[in-house]
Amino acid sequence: MSDELNDIPGTTVFTGEMSRKGYHLNQFCMSLLNAENRARFKADERAYVEEWPMTEAQKQAVLARDWNAAIAEGGNIYFLAKLIFTDGATFPEVSSAMTGIPLDEYTAIMLAGGRSPEGLRSIKEGR
Amino acid sequence: MARITAGVGTSHVPAIGAAVDRGKTGQEYWKPLFDGYAWSRAWIGRERPDVVILVYNDHASAFSQEMIPTFALGCAESFTPADEGFGPRPVPAVPGHPDLAWHLVQSLIMDEFDLTIMNKLDVDHGLTVPMSLLFGRPEAWPVQVIPLAVNVIQYPPPTANRCWLLGEAIRRAVRGYAEGLNVQIWGTGGMSHQLQGPRAGFINTPFDLEFLDRLTGDPQALRRIPHIEYLREAGSEGIELVMWLIMRGALGDGVRELHRHYHVPASNTAVGHIVLKALS
Repeated sequence: MSDELNDIPGTTVFTGEMSRKGYHLNQFCMSLLNAENRARFKADERAYVEEWPMTEAQKQAVLARDWNAAIAEGGNIYFLAKLIFTDGATFPEVSSAMTGIPLDEYTAIMLAGGRSPEGLRSIKEGR
Repeated sequence: MARITAGVGTSHVPAIGAAVDRGKTGQEYWKPLFDGYAWSRAWIGRERPDVVILVYNDHASAFSQEMIPTFALGCAESFTPADEGFGPRPVPAVPGHPDLAWHLVQSLIMDEFDLTIMNKLDVDHGLTVPMSLLFGRPEAWPVQVIPLAVNVIQYPPPTANRCWLLGEAIRRAVRGYAEGLNVQIWGTGGMSHQLQGPRAGFINTPFDLEFLDRLTGDPQALRRIPHIEYLREAGSEGIELVMWLIMRGALGDGVRELHRHYHVPASNTAVGHIVLKALS
């Protein structure tokens, strides 16, 4: 089963394994739903992330806003959204960063109907 | 006897809520999306349902990673809009229907669907965006709502077939309620979209249109779609579509499509909307 779940290009399925790995990272993100915590995080990001039992790789991913790295470290996009909103950023901006497609180009692709599934369904089957 | 008279399917993108709240619905980007709901707003004004059973998912607002119920039913008197990190949406609190909700709890659990009972539940855009799309911006919502929150974030979500069977059980349960309520059921989320990773921006219009067709033409086929196919074909967040099958399962065999709308994009998402009338 996990082979199948790992076979979708550019996609990390939020399995139990990823959930366990990302627990503290996601709970850190959850804490940003609180306005007081958002203010403390913004005032000193490094000090705030140090309050959480995250791995150094997770802390670095947060500080660098490296979204793909955060996902690889168990972060889930709906939890990471709290950090995105704390930054006042938008999903298209973050999508541009994750896909490596410049924002104006990404926006144009979405307006034209989104990114085609062709070639994005299966790594193994190349379809 | 209470009856489920109609079903509504709709996407629930947070940016749609922001567009409503900031008065942007007439802007070039948003107008085609909102125009597709005009028929439905007029329709629901005529139908005047008493209660909506609103199937949605929480997006790490009420539920963190600490506790993840697969199916959770809102039994409270009222549900407060959640703060999703930018303040709660400026929409009215959502009135519940605790009496019917507890009847559902009783019936569904005895029918072997073991729901989590929620006596307090803050509701996020997953629930309030569909309300805005169907009712606009009233001072108070004109309907009572029973939220049914489904886990679609932590893998695995419930199967398509399990969702369908829960819908069937909801249909039986509602018919066992003595008061003659006009009840609708809404399935929300989807359609194809992916928010995460290098495949973000994925949209599969042929899959979405076939899904909409099959809701009336071949709903049994939708029950058999495995998770991997939803993930591959509808995107990692498109698996939310299993929630539409609770709605469809609750409508019985015979349905008629009254209205449909499909629009790309709202932010990163293909927006789908359908109104189905239950014939029996």
